Amino acid sequence: MSLPETLVKRLHEAPVGEPEWLAEKRRAGASHLETVGFPTRRDEAWKYTDMSRFSSLEFGQADSAELDQARLDALKLDIDACRLVFVDGLFNAELSDAAASVGVTVTPLSQALTGDQHGLSEQLGQLTGIDFSAFTALNTALTKEGVVVNIGKGQAIETPIYLLFISRNNASPVMSHPRILVHCEAESEATLIEHYVGEQGAANLTNVVTEIQMSPASRLSHYKLQEASQSEYHVASIQVDQRRDTNFTSHNLNLGGAVVRNDIVTDLNDENATVDLLGLFFGQDRQHIDNHTKVNHNAPRTYSNENYKGILDGRARGVFNGRVYIKRDAQQVLGYQSNANLLLSDRAEIDTKPELEIYADDVQCSHGTTTGQLDENAIFALRARGIDEQMARGLLTLAFANEVMQRIRHGALTDRVERAVAGKLPDRFNLESLVEDTSL
Amino acid sequence: MLEIKDLHATVEGNEILKGITLSIKPGEVHAIMGPNGAGKSTLSAVLAGRDGYEVTQGTITFDGKDLMEMEVEERAQAGLLMGFQYPVEIPGVKNIYLLKSALNAQRAAHGLDEMPAPEFMKLIKEKIAFMKMDSSFLHRAVNEGFSGGEKKRNEILQMLVLQPKLALLDEIDSGLDIDAMKVVAEGVNSLRDENRAILMVTHYQRLLDHITPDQVHVLIDGRIAKSGDRHLAEELEARGYEWVIEEPAA
Repeated sequence: MSLPETLVKRLHEAPVGEPEWLAEKRRAGASHLETVGFPTRRDEAWKYTDMSRFSSLEFGQADSAELDQARLDALKLDIDACRLVFVDGLFNAELSDAAASVGVTVTPLSQALTGDQHGLSEQLGQLTGIDFSAFTALNTALTKEGVVVNIGKGQAIETPIYLLFISRNNASPVMSHPRILVHCEAESEATLIEHYVGEQGAANLTNVVTEIQMSPASRLSHYKLQEASQSEYHVASIQVDQRRDTNFTSHNLNLGGAVVRNDIVTDLNDENATVDLLGLFFGQDRQHIDNHTKVNHNAPRTYSNENYKGILDGRARGVFNGRVYIKRDAQQVLGYQSNANLLLSDRAEIDTKPELEIYADDVQCSHGTTTGQLDENAIFALRARGIDEQMARGLLTLAFANEVMQRIRHGALTDRVERAVAGKLPDRFNLESLVEDTSL
Repeated sequence: MLEIKDLHATVEGNEILKGITLSIKPGEVHAIMGPNGAGKSTLSAVLAGRDGYEVTQGTITFDGKDLMEMEVEERAQAGLLMGFQYPVEIPGVKNIYLLKSALNAQRAAHGLDEMPAPEFMKLIKEKIAFMKMDSSFLHRAVNEGFSGGEKKRNEILQMLVLQPKLALLDEIDSGLDIDAMKVVAEGVNSLRDENRAILMVTHYQRLLDHITPDQVHVLIDGRIAKSGDRHLAEELEARGYEWVIEEPAA
């Protein structure tokens, strides 16, 4: 599909004063995008997600990162963290509190580009390459800002790294292409939160690429909380390279957005690399949320466990595509996958497709998908305590999401997600007052 | 408070209850005993409003209202609360949410505002202490992974919070060890007062050593074959049910 003229023009406007290695990557990205164009529904990976309308949209670029404190406070997560704030893709230093723990560096990409770039030139695009997707190519061609995170060797970091991306309700929509580069050095431990939140009415495009390198025996808890406005486009590509004895846990929590696409790919490249992929998505009205995950078991004795849950109401549409690939002779691999969905309305739709591709004979894999209804026995038990049927259904819907929510290890994040889920449930469920402070 | 007159009920076309008449007044504790298959659980299910049980004849009046016209939740809101033989596990629903929404549903049905959070938490703390339960349980899912004894304790805890007019206890003693049995019995006994009634359905006399009934009814083949005071239960324990079956119906 041909690209909008303004976009083509922008692809060829090389930013002034950038190093040649970056200019070269940008040209390669632009060239790839021009060759393949934006995906259409004829592309197998985009079969259920129609980007045709998107392809003709015009997005400008933000020229300031202004945001007053009150608006920030209304949107941010209330947690003690090393926090970087981006507004429509631009870094806002005043609202950030980037004091990182010892042994960790968290640097805005624009600043990193002014310093020693030796590592950076290799790191950017190393995992995604140029041809991961049209959107990663677009990101490479146009990224202006992002974050470079380095967790030092042997450092166990308690305080989470919190990257907050705020999307404003602008007069005309803008696009941003954040690039997040993470290196977890050997035997390190950290938590990274990517939080995307849109102001009501915001109609921007966020196209983020996250590349995570995990050196041996490192651990990373990765949270992605996506609360874009219901008129936004959100595309995220996350690529992880896991070495020996690493542990990567992904919490992919998607509540907002008009059209959302997440691609999470992790390569288990050496023994005892373990990945936990947890996902929760909740679409209502005409929201469209597409999650594609791919686990590549490239080495023996690697382990993956995936649990995605979707709730769809109104005319929302969800897509789950989970692929587990086991390389030839990657023996004694365990790969489990499950996707359960709950449809709250007759007009909501889910397309779910687990894919196993196995080229080894001594492996244990399973996958299952269910699209279901609530447990009638449980509804009866709640009604027998005086809870009306609608509220009983609401409680059980919240409970359905709980299996994923209870794996969230940060109280403020759990509360935020729980409230957001309860808040998205239809009014008839009458749950708002329930999810209040019930701590002892 | 509860008037059952000539109640007949069928399950999948089979008549299980064949004309039960029973009257329970405020302040009274009744026990219904009987051998397996006599219709004890069917009676409980009909009172609770479970699907699949058809009342073909007779009436049930609770507090002057036709019980059969009331939805499951309306029965509970009106004060008829069932303690289940097999409490359902509800993964993902925290006990605290169940208690809070149940209490507020009951208050709403009586035109009361929701109970303020601090008052609610104070009430809950008091009741869980009484039931010798750990407060961490409030944030666990309802009955999930609970032992048999914990589940039954949880049923009684719900009763203590919701303060029913009529507590219906279906085989509440089944599967309990001695200590759990005592705690459950203490909970039930604490509910006893002149305005409240309790109906226990049980297979064993043992429960009645801990909760002394005012009246005991023997249910045999869908009918109440004999009624008496607590001494009847002792007699049943000593002689079994056969002698009641052989006697002509009362």
